[in-house]
Amino acid sequence: MEMTRRRLADGMYLTHLPANKFKTSILSAQFITPLRQETASACALLPSLLRRGTVTCPDMSSLSARLDRLYGARIDSTVRKCGESQCVGFVAGFIDDRYAPGGERLLEPAAALLGELICDPVTEGGRFVTDYFESEQVNLADAIRSVLNDKRSYADWRLLQEMCAGEPYGVSRLGSVESAEAIQPRKLYALYQELTASARLELFYSGSAGLERVEEALRAAFATLPRKNVRDQVPPTVSHAAPETVRTVTESLDVVQGKLGMGFSCGSEDVPALLLGNTLFGGSSNSRLFLNVREKLSLCYYASSLFHRQKGLITVSSGIEFENCRKAYDEILAQLEAVRKGELEDWELEGARSTLLNAYASMGDSQGRLEHFFISQAAVGRNETPELLAAMVRDVSLERICRAMETVKLDTVYFLQGKEAEA
Amino acid sequence: MKQRFYERIGESVCLETLPNGLELRIVSKPGYAKKYAFFAANYGGMDTRFTLDGRLRDTPAGIAHYLEHKMFDTEEGNALQRLAQNGAEPNAFTANALTGYYFSSTEHFEENLEILLSFVSIPWFTEESVAKEQGIIGQEIRMIEDNPDWQVYHQMLQCLYSVNPARVSIAGTVESISHITADTLYACHKAFYTPANMTLTVVGDVDPVHISDLARRVLPRESGAPISRVWEEEPETVAKRESRIAMEVSLPQFLLGFKCRPVWEGENYFRSLIVGDLACDLLLGESSPLYQRLYSQGLINASFGGAYEMLPGAAYFSAGGDSKDPRAVSAAVCQEARRLVREGVDPDFYQQIRRAAFGASLRGLDSFENIAVTMTEGCFNSYDPLRFPETFDSIGPDDLLAFLKENITEERSVLSEIVPKEG
Repeated sequence: MEMTRRRLADGMYLTHLPANKFKTSILSAQFITPLRQETASACALLPSLLRRGTVTCPDMSSLSARLDRLYGARIDSTVRKCGESQCVGFVAGFIDDRYAPGGERLLEPAAALLGELICDPVTEGGRFVTDYFESEQVNLADAIRSVLNDKRSYADWRLLQEMCAGEPYGVSRLGSVESAEAIQPRKLYALYQELTASARLELFYSGSAGLERVEEALRAAFATLPRKNVRDQVPPTVSHAAPETVRTVTESLDVVQGKLGMGFSCGSEDVPALLLGNTLFGGSSNSRLFLNVREKLSLCYYASSLFHRQKGLITVSSGIEFENCRKAYDEILAQLEAVRKGELEDWELEGARSTLLNAYASMGDSQGRLEHFFISQAAVGRNETPELLAAMVRDVSLERICRAMETVKLDTVYFLQGKEAEA
Repeated sequence: MKQRFYERIGESVCLETLPNGLELRIVSKPGYAKKYAFFAANYGGMDTRFTLDGRLRDTPAGIAHYLEHKMFDTEEGNALQRLAQNGAEPNAFTANALTGYYFSSTEHFEENLEILLSFVSIPWFTEESVAKEQGIIGQEIRMIEDNPDWQVYHQMLQCLYSVNPARVSIAGTVESISHITADTLYACHKAFYTPANMTLTVVGDVDPVHISDLARRVLPRESGAPISRVWEEEPETVAKRESRIAMEVSLPQFLLGFKCRPVWEGENYFRSLIVGDLACDLLLGESSPLYQRLYSQGLINASFGGAYEMLPGAAYFSAGGDSKDPRAVSAAVCQEARRLVREGVDPDFYQQIRRAAFGASLRGLDSFENIAVTMTEGCFNSYDPLRFPETFDSIGPDDLLAFLKENITEERSVLSEIVPKEG
């Protein structure tokens, strides 16, 4: 994969991936800031508020008309959590110039609009437009509340929140309802000025345009961005320390299916071994959890594990009948133990390895995955490419996997049960 | 084998009808590492009543989805694992009128394709393996029952239709699937998984002749009898005006449905699909005056969206999201449709949304999954989805207004609501 990283200014970097096979070009601009309980909601509010209007397109109708004329270009506001960093900004997608029916150039006008959204928001009396501020504040609080609606992601989130209480990793990417409702317009505008002036700005492009053209378009788009006191370093992510005893949290809601979540801390720094160990444990449809908790015992429709590479955690997520909680819990731990001891069939290790290698090999086929991967890497200050990760995974032996998985310790258990169980 | 070039969108497709009746489509994607295969039957959740060997079969709700789960079983073990061992990412889904099995892989593609074609063609069930799946699918049903997005959609279909099987849940219920036996699964496989009722779509940088030879070698030489599905006549009026249930959600959710006149297969089918989509953009897309008004009044948020769907013997227009006042939104939608019909469409605005819709369709060609599903639907309904630029050319503002006038009226509308549980 051809990839160039270039420093455009103090704390402002461009990752450029040339590709001719896509119909789409992707342009992303993300500010990287420490994820903190006190600022998470305010930072999260900024992109959706900026998306309401610029000096030249001050309302939704003029903005959407401009995007429609660029053949339905999209500029979506994004708020993400990468390690213990919060990334806020926009991702723009527009058809590649080669397919514009009128032969127009689309990169430059799309970059210009992206720049305007960040540098020239519509304001009144030195702050954001009151109507826009108020409605986006309500939308943010509603979005935070709505995490309850999808019970699987709600349970996954509650597990992380309990497990990493007091750590930045336990803060939601959108912050809390209370902090969202407490945001003051004047302070928010000051935060906007501070963030755009001093936070690391990561830019990403994938499409047919060459590096020089992309760089020129972005320099023009961000020419008026006042940069001062730039923090060039990205915030560090601190490893999670395992508690002495396992914590158990049980919650009741009016639901028909129970959710069992289990969080583990990983004491090993051997990332490739943990990547493979997690894939063997619950990271694919070939994994121990899938084959045993689901296929053999028919306890669930889903039981899978996720390795949080930046934080050194593994979380398990499953949906079960309330009364099967203990059975599933025991089986999940038994399967972890089998992986730790290397009690695997011959095909399992190579199967898991090829699952990971296939994922890295095909990453270059998806602009969305590329953007996510490179921005996340930059946000936590890492620079491995997919090729390098693949090479590292290729080299891992079963002994290394067992050694790394030996350090995986149960930390927190979260169980979501029905209302009847509570009574 | 025929080859077709689509100059306006830069695509090239090889097409063939094999001697056994299977429709084969190969979409060439040079430069991609990933190769993707999608093997589909024209059989879905709606196809529960049919005749086989001269006998009427009335099969349990959820059987097509149950069959999809059990097809992965082979005499030699689970096909999912065999594919995953080769680094492939396999999966399957069941829709209202389609069951699709697919994988993507960067290596061993032809070997994987052989596994896919073989396990989908050769059923292998035992009473014991069929019984065991009750637990897994039972948990899948519980999971969707707790999902408000699914509930609001399912409830809308039940309001729209009195007898059309679109009103029945694709996965069935825990009760309905308890009647499924190995015998019924064999009968359904025999009736529907016959080459003339199936398509194979391959997307990627592959040799079309190899693919065609492989399909000829692996698949059955002949097709079974033509299928006769048994449909009841659906009245033009809606079944029920409104329905609401209480769930553990943070905000009320709604889906407004309009029962439209169904269109049967052919190029006119595809044209109707695009007219419906454009009418949706015109009436309530992000660029529409209605969307902007409702958004700024706080009656909708970014979750709001609409769609036009066509199914065998059914077509509907839907719009919904989170709202504090679904009735007000519902009234505003009907009122805006009347205004557009009365006052007409501004030609500039029409060009703007058409341009945007063209860009969105073009960008959809970067997703292999999307290409394969639309090619398959095109085969099953006798149209060519890659002719969208020409189809766009054949449509004008009057087509959209005629659609709104006929379909977006109070008499044709239903309202499905999910409200938060008290206390």
